[in-house]
Amino acid sequence: MAFKEILLNMGPQHPSTHGVLRLKVALDNEVVMKVTPVLGYLHRGMEKLFENRTYQQITPLTDRFDYLAAISNNLGYLLAVEKLMGIEVPKRAQYIRVIFTELQRLASHLAWVGFFANDIGAMSVLLYGFIEREDILEIFEEYSGARLTVHAFRVGGVPTDINDKIIDMINTFILKLPKRIADIETLLTGNRIWKHRTIGVGVISPEDAISLGLTGPSLRSTGIKWDIRKDIPYSSYQDFQFEVPTSANGDLYDRYVLRLEEIKQSMRIIRQALDTLPQGETLTKVPRVLKIAPGEVFHSIEAPKGELGFYIKSNGTDKPERVKMKSPSFINMQSLETMCLGNLFADIVAVLGSLDIVLGEIDK
Amino acid sequence: MEEWIIDILISLAKTLAFFGVILLWAAYITLGERRFASFFQNRLGPNRAGIFGLLQPLADGIKFMMKEEIIPKNANRAFYLLGPTLFITIALIPWAAIPFGDTVVIAGREVKLQIVDLNVGILFMIAVSSIGVYGIMIGGWASNNKYSLLGAIRSSAQLISYEITMGIALAAVFLLSGSLSTRDIIIAQMQSPWHWNVFVQPLGFIVFFVSILAETNRVPFDLAEAESELIVGYHTEYGAFKFAMYMLSEYINLITASALITLLYFGGWGIPFVDLGRLGLSVNLAGLISVIVFLVKTGFFVFVFIWIRWTLPRFRYDQLMNLGWKILLPLALVNLFGTAVVALLV
Repeated sequence: MAFKEILLNMGPQHPSTHGVLRLKVALDNEVVMKVTPVLGYLHRGMEKLFENRTYQQITPLTDRFDYLAAISNNLGYLLAVEKLMGIEVPKRAQYIRVIFTELQRLASHLAWVGFFANDIGAMSVLLYGFIEREDILEIFEEYSGARLTVHAFRVGGVPTDINDKIIDMINTFILKLPKRIADIETLLTGNRIWKHRTIGVGVISPEDAISLGLTGPSLRSTGIKWDIRKDIPYSSYQDFQFEVPTSANGDLYDRYVLRLEEIKQSMRIIRQALDTLPQGETLTKVPRVLKIAPGEVFHSIEAPKGELGFYIKSNGTDKPERVKMKSPSFINMQSLETMCLGNLFADIVAVLGSLDIVLGEIDK
Repeated sequence: MEEWIIDILISLAKTLAFFGVILLWAAYITLGERRFASFFQNRLGPNRAGIFGLLQPLADGIKFMMKEEIIPKNANRAFYLLGPTLFITIALIPWAAIPFGDTVVIAGREVKLQIVDLNVGILFMIAVSSIGVYGIMIGGWASNNKYSLLGAIRSSAQLISYEITMGIALAAVFLLSGSLSTRDIIIAQMQSPWHWNVFVQPLGFIVFFVSILAETNRVPFDLAEAESELIVGYHTEYGAFKFAMYMLSEYINLITASALITLLYFGGWGIPFVDLGRLGLSVNLAGLISVIVFLVKTGFFVFVFIWIRWTLPRFRYDQLMNLGWKILLPLALVNLFGTAVVALLV
């Protein structure tokens, strides 16, 4: 007897859609025939909003894109503005920016490991990831006063220098983290069920990945070594020694292993940055009313989720004429269907989890 | 008083007491599960209602009863209501044949701490628990929701597949004890802990344990309610007390599974290296101790189930079927064959 295709509406209210994503799924029994994302449930008109704000006022708004990695958004936007203005950020400020964006990457990846494990059914790992993330959020709170939507940087540098207490907090955290990562690895990496669920699932070929614009850890899991921190260094990333981990299979397991490896590399960068922190100013003199001469610029950084780019067009006033954001979650979502087709229904959730999407960034 | 009146009164008292214990225990497992889960996850868990949160099940019960009864517009009303009712009834019936302990003497007569000592006890329990799948099927189908239906389909496939493996694993136990009565199976293991079926039948135990884990819909086999893809599976559309009934019956099934493991493989109420009959205790005291031992052993396995749930990820539907049919079933058959040969020779 032939099964009729089931059309299933996943979301916007669904426990595993990471917010308010809606997927229209066609199933043949349990096999996925079609996945169509429907977006826009969290649309706040941010890009339009930017056109009515001054350059400084936009910075805190960028926190609300990828709310799991607010600082990376700040950095992406500010680097674009600074490039457009042609100003140089003091070395110390650049290092502090690196320290905080790498901490943010740790926070984002730790939350990801938890969510991903939760999507596959290992519920306790979520909390283990969150305990560590909590420490990072406390560091952010100590520095900027905010925990989630951290407005840490300003045009021209960072608003305040980091003090000994923050350095202490970071050092303690870095010492503690490897043990926690080992805990998570004990629970998942060697687990037979975990391997069954992730190895060979959600596979994408390097060619498909490139043509679909996949970036970040998901791209590197197909074996393509592309990390903007290394290939087009910004904010003094060229000063630090770190590896760009890649693997060859392009499946869920590789993405998981890669992210854990990236956590280790980020810790390495933070340690180096703290050790070699230069002395000096942390903020360049910038006029209070920023009027940028007409021009346009595109600058992208390696955010935790992939390549985050900002395109800014200025018109000589204190407000931009247009800001366009290339958000990694949005672009990475495109590969969802390619990865899911022919797999089982339960794999959609796992693949979606592995892409590390944040709806704030997709819907803008 | 007439003899038969006393008989009926004793049976009635046993029934009420047993079902009271089971329902209360199931309610407290909900608390236990949440508390243990929190400890595994570095949280505190519900600790506000009463000391250590001991009144939490009561608070939950009141909350479930006060909630609005919502029946989906397109649901088949009669079957929608039948689902949870059937499920909880069937979850309770196997307890008619499960012995809590040895015998006690009440009003001058020996009373077995068991509602009925059926000579086909285990067979009866398996037969009844297979009907349990109807509670899930009917509930999932009648809610008229695709997630519920998917959950129900998965669940029925899973229960049917694993029942076969479980039955074959059990057949090896029957071969050794020579009886289907729960009481006889326990008494056959009484001589020493080395006579416990878990040591006599290690392979059979592993097969049985995995199968019963699947039968109770627990992680790593909780596909019927796989939260991350099916929301909560077959009872997605159920709220208020109907949801509580589904939850409660799942916990009752959990206790049933633990009790089965205890009595089939871990010597029931027997204490290792201690013979209760030879200690010179009064019959009633010995009976009470046997009940406590049985409850402690069962409680331990309930804890193991909770422990597994909060540690492991979930299998996928096809992997579950592969495990059941391609790995566990052959193992169970090999075990049965081996046991039969040994039983014939020895």
